[in-house]
Amino acid sequence: MSLECGVFHTRYESDMGLRPRPAQRIRLGAFAVFVLVFPFLAGPYWLDLANQIAIATVGAIGLNILVGYTGQISLGQGAFMAIGAYSAGLLTLNLGLPWGVSIALACVITAVAGTFFGLPSLRLKGLYLAIATLAAQEIVEWAMTHWTAVTGGTEAIVVPAPRLFGVRLNSTFAFYWFGVAMAAGTALFAANLFRTRMGRAFVAVRDQDIAASVIGVNLFRTKLLAFATSSFFVGLAGAMIAYYRTIITWERFTLDTSIVYLAMIIVGGLGSIRGSFFGAALITLLPAMIANAGRALQDTAPVVAGLLPYAQQAVFGVVIILFLIFEPKGLSKLWGNVKDYFHVWPFAYRRG
Amino acid sequence: MDIFLQLTVSGLSTGMIYALAAAGFVVIYKASDVINFTQGDLLLLGTYLIFFAIGQIGLPWSLGVLVTVLLAVAVALAIERLVLRPLIGEPIISMIMVTIGLSSILRGLVNAIWGPAPRSFDSFLPEGSVVVGPAVLSTGRLLSIPIALAVLAALGLFFRHTRDGIAMRAIADDQQAALSMGISIPRVFGVAWALAAASAAIGGIMLAGVVGVSPNVASIGLRVFPVVILGGLDSIKGAVIGGAIIGLLEAYTGGYVGHGLNLVVPYGVLILVLMVRPYGLFGKEIIERV
Repeated sequence: MSLECGVFHTRYESDMGLRPRPAQRIRLGAFAVFVLVFPFLAGPYWLDLANQIAIATVGAIGLNILVGYTGQISLGQGAFMAIGAYSAGLLTLNLGLPWGVSIALACVITAVAGTFFGLPSLRLKGLYLAIATLAAQEIVEWAMTHWTAVTGGTEAIVVPAPRLFGVRLNSTFAFYWFGVAMAAGTALFAANLFRTRMGRAFVAVRDQDIAASVIGVNLFRTKLLAFATSSFFVGLAGAMIAYYRTIITWERFTLDTSIVYLAMIIVGGLGSIRGSFFGAALITLLPAMIANAGRALQDTAPVVAGLLPYAQQAVFGVVIILFLIFEPKGLSKLWGNVKDYFHVWPFAYRRG
Repeated sequence: MDIFLQLTVSGLSTGMIYALAAAGFVVIYKASDVINFTQGDLLLLGTYLIFFAIGQIGLPWSLGVLVTVLLAVAVALAIERLVLRPLIGEPIISMIMVTIGLSSILRGLVNAIWGPAPRSFDSFLPEGSVVVGPAVLSTGRLLSIPIALAVLAALGLFFRHTRDGIAMRAIADDQQAALSMGISIPRVFGVAWALAAASAAIGGIMLAGVVGVSPNVASIGLRVFPVVILGGLDSIKGAVIGGAIIGLLEAYTGGYVGHGLNLVVPYGVLILVLMVRPYGLFGKEIIERV
């Protein structure tokens, strides 16, 4: 929280508020109204995209806690999502647990698994940690496809549709509310997390781990906690996918998934919660928009339309690279620039 | 025994292709500390370029190989100049993501140009097989081993005896000292990428001859990581020996154990090495620990 000119707090409550300024509350309110009205105006196609964004936001915030805030690079996002999805599905199928309980347990199981995979981070840093998590990803992927007794191998697992008060929750409209609630809850938790001692310790470990340990941050505990907290939400995202699609296949949780989520937080902004949402939205919408362009071009230029699946792949790479070169702090910084521009408009205002 | 011999040859030939890709990775890592996720896509590019040169244009194989290597080097130089130069000194996560982005672009382009279906062309590696006792060994695979070793040896000699090679070692040792001795760092980074691309292109050419031309080739890129971690991140010798060990392990587990375990064994080795000896067999023992 930075101090801004022209803002004077006279009460501790307002000083401690997450969104102390009226403009911030108005923006949040406008966004909330949009979120509430959106499902009544949008068709199933857009609702489905919104649901995907909600799930991706949960996963991206989870990954950002680990990568953006704690500085531990993980290529194992897909594996953790898989653990969340498979545990949620299998707990219901094998033990007959209600879906809510399964999802909660799946989050805990993923958190435990994440802590286990986080153990190498105590010895390994940067590149080495990235490669260790890459290995973990490959091993989990292998387990998904070959440990047939538990995961069903390459066959898909079908889970029963979740029901709440007699409403099937996996329709696009019903799931929207669940997804939005989960995404908002995750964002709220994360926003508050980084105001606590634990969250500050995460950031201290990222910025300078030796200095952090000198001022009394227990590196061992902090890194493992970061892995646990992060994978809790990543597992939640995985479990949400399981119950949204009601079908679990290993293809959703490959290394490519890890890369897509890393791209989300890079494009959105490392160490930023709103950035996680922006990134999740952009990276989810981008391929959909290219596919739409493909359908539009199908009749006029079929050759171009045929190339679009590959264009999706190439554009994905181009977007990552452009952001890394021109705006490494991501969409979150761009949004900040826009806000700063209008902060004391029409006068120029430069933060910090 | 005949199976053992066959597995050994196929393991070694795959391992040598890994070694070629890994050597490129090592060269770039040594010179510029960049973790290169595009190594597999440079292999992919190599297989498609040789297919293009020999199968589509109809060049003789010697010219085809030359064209392939030159084109791959040109692509690598463009990558280095346009994408990596502006990012010198950025944090590791940026370097990882930028090469992942590049890998995505290269894969998209290769698929857009040549399509996703596997292609085939008359292999320039001799067809047929050699019979050793009870074992039947494919000539192409047998031949790929000495070719790869020759290329890797040339790379080693380059480091030892040429001006650019020595400059590269100087930069790897101490960038600032090298800079103050008048070594041009951009030039050396360019040379590193050119070498990595050439090495990967030759690996790709051999893959095209031994395995065939298909988009799946890119997935081999990930095998580079077990190889370089086992061999040591900054050692070409390590890349060769690591490549051989990983290739053989894969072949033996694939042949004797099955269950797709050959896909996962390299990563098991990787984790074991990271736990016990993170600098690998031949790497420098300075690794950043917490």
